[in-house]
Amino acid sequence: MTDLSASPAAAPVRASSSLLTLDARVRRRNAAEARFRGYGFAAILLALLALVWLLYSIFSAGLPAFRQTVIQIPVTLDAAQLDKAGNRNPDEMAKASTVTYGKVLSEALKAAVAQNGIVIEGLDDKEIAGMLSQEAPAMLRRDVLANPALLGQTITFQAYATGRVDGYYKGRVTLDSATRDSNVTPEQLHLADALKEKGLLSTSFNSGFLTMPDASDKRPEAAGLGIAILGSAYMMVVVLVLSLPIGVAASIYLEEFAPKNRWTDLIEVNIANLAAVPSIVFGILGLAIFINMAGLPQSAPIVGGLVLTLMTLPRIIIPTRAALKAVPPSIRDAALGVGASKMQSIFHHVLPLAAPGILTGMIIGLAQALGETAPLLLIGMVAFVREFPAAPPSGLFDPAAALPVQVYNWTQRGDPGFVERASGAIIVLLVFLLIMNTLAIILRRRFERRW
Amino acid sequence: MKFIHITASALAIAAAATAANARDQIQIAGSSTVLPYATIVAEAFGENTDFATPVVEGGGSGAGRKKLCEGVGENTIDIANSSSRIKQSDIDLCAQNGVKEIMEVRIGYDGIVFASDINGPDFALTPVDVYNALAAQVVKDGKLVANPAKQWKDVNDKLAAQDILVFVPGTKHGTREVFDTKLLVKGCEETGAHDLFLAASTGADEEAKKKDAEKACMALRTDGASVDIDGDYTETLSRIDANKNAVGVFGLSFYENNTDKLKVATIDGIVPSVESISKGEYPVSRPLYFYVKKAHIGVIPGLKEYIQFFVSDEMAGPDGPLAQYGLVSDPELKATQAAVEAETPMGPLK
Repeated sequence: MTDLSASPAAAPVRASSSLLTLDARVRRRNAAEARFRGYGFAAILLALLALVWLLYSIFSAGLPAFRQTVIQIPVTLDAAQLDKAGNRNPDEMAKASTVTYGKVLSEALKAAVAQNGIVIEGLDDKEIAGMLSQEAPAMLRRDVLANPALLGQTITFQAYATGRVDGYYKGRVTLDSATRDSNVTPEQLHLADALKEKGLLSTSFNSGFLTMPDASDKRPEAAGLGIAILGSAYMMVVVLVLSLPIGVAASIYLEEFAPKNRWTDLIEVNIANLAAVPSIVFGILGLAIFINMAGLPQSAPIVGGLVLTLMTLPRIIIPTRAALKAVPPSIRDAALGVGASKMQSIFHHVLPLAAPGILTGMIIGLAQALGETAPLLLIGMVAFVREFPAAPPSGLFDPAAALPVQVYNWTQRGDPGFVERASGAIIVLLVFLLIMNTLAIILRRRFERRW
Repeated sequence: MKFIHITASALAIAAAATAANARDQIQIAGSSTVLPYATIVAEAFGENTDFATPVVEGGGSGAGRKKLCEGVGENTIDIANSSSRIKQSDIDLCAQNGVKEIMEVRIGYDGIVFASDINGPDFALTPVDVYNALAAQVVKDGKLVANPAKQWKDVNDKLAAQDILVFVPGTKHGTREVFDTKLLVKGCEETGAHDLFLAASTGADEEAKKKDAEKACMALRTDGASVDIDGDYTETLSRIDANKNAVGVFGLSFYENNTDKLKVATIDGIVPSVESISKGEYPVSRPLYFYVKKAHIGVIPGLKEYIQFFVSDEMAGPDGPLAQYGLVSDPELKATQAAVEAETPMGPLK
């Protein structure tokens, strides 16, 4: 700067102005800078607003899914009705179907209503029975079959209320909308209020949303994410087990051993291209290879895992190679210099130093795979599955769902109760992604070394 | 070396698992209209029997039938749900892939309804109104002209003065087929447009001319008054929510579950309901089917039991859970039950 102002050409311009008064050119430049800052700030603000709006809409729609209205009723389990053979043999007791249990429950509710002196005008028996979820008899039946000793006793049973009664306490259903709704009547809602006053009806945390399987359109209140979470976990295990060794081996070979020639160039370009291929293409590939050619079962986590592995591999190889490249050559040279073999230098020195970077890439790749929906649509993962898959390895071949496709599946259902469930599932998915990304950041912060 | 050992044993375990893992649950795919019914039955079947709950997939009627016809074996599906009758091309494909015997099971009927926002005006439609509101070409003074109607009032004096905007299911939906034949073609014939199309057709023979005319009858206007919805009914519902002037085409069961948001239109003065459809009064309805691969009965555990359970009076009967959800039960259910009992495969298409 000093020699510039000292130069004879600049001297006449500067001569009239001091450094403290800004001339027109400087003012223009300063204004341009201020505008540019403003644009940047506005862009960030817009992005933040979009994020806040997205989170607000998901959370306001989805948080109610984590709460569930239950009706507590004392139920007398009449042995004569539920175990006609009378020998407490679960195989024979299974003959009493959910219809029978449904009758037991609605009788019990009717008795409870009468006992508490609740009188609602215009409320008939069918409407009282219609307060309970159709899942409730199935739950009671499961409980009784698992523990035949319950027969003859009077137990306090926590029965799910139907989706509409549940929605009443979540603001989804109002007395006004109930008059037009063919699935609920205002009298039922009055009864719900009366039951709540007596302490028989309450809304509390719904652990079933995370543990129970999917349910049909007639019982949205019972639909849960149990199988979807398990299916996603199985797929992630497959992806991890396959893509970690393959991805790391491929990266080490390409980075440390491969000669630099036309072939390796071609491979490098192709890995970069594969990482950018739309994921649905891998779904078509998976359908053709794993299901039609190899004969693996449909809707199975193993196929989902294999497809996602194909998709994730290039996305893991790229950061892994970057991590290996970041280890300075002096480390390798030093190892080779004290007599280590090439393999020893890599496994004893380079790989441990690159590990945090590799793990970070791996976790981010897994997080991407976890949220991937498109390829799973093609291999039959968008299915109604109610049986939990067995423990691995055989469970990998059982039908299961996955978190993102469960969201997709629920948004297509007719009952409004599923809108809430779908948003709830999005929250669960976001929490998992957040955990994985946080883990990646922590690993990077704590273990990454810079040279 | 250790790594190779582990990989090899992992592969061996995986292979053993596939071999030992004979499929023990029924697999179903197909129509998204039949899907809710199939899930309701599957759920109850799993709860009340010793068999596993069947796995039910959507995907559309055509896709389901194609999957059924992929061949025989454990990695092919057992049942295809379908909201329209199987086609000769499907049967040919099946035969080609070794699927010789298929059982056809009709589970009941589904109504197709027009519905609009709950706070909007009432609609009382007829096939003629629908045709005049939505067709690309309509009859005016004995001649075919491009559809000039802007408001429902232009179509029929008794209708509201509201812009015409109808969300129609896309062509991949089975619902569209019924909409086309039961409303558009019927309205086309009643207004006389069909005869004019027939006269204007340049087809080679009578048959080709008829086809031409029918196709022209089904052509919808493209000026934005009719919008194809390729998604499902939830999309149509949210579009109506955003545009309160619109009328949507829904399945009866979907409407029945959303009566607090939608108002249904009458067709020919008949309010669509399970009763009016089962009596045959409401004109726009269609049968729903599923198709069973007979070669899998006895191989996949519980397959026959599932079919029997599906068509039993407790499920598909007029008081069953399916009717509660909006299925119009089949008056000939007894015959279907007998056919299922005897495992009668379907004959050639008529």
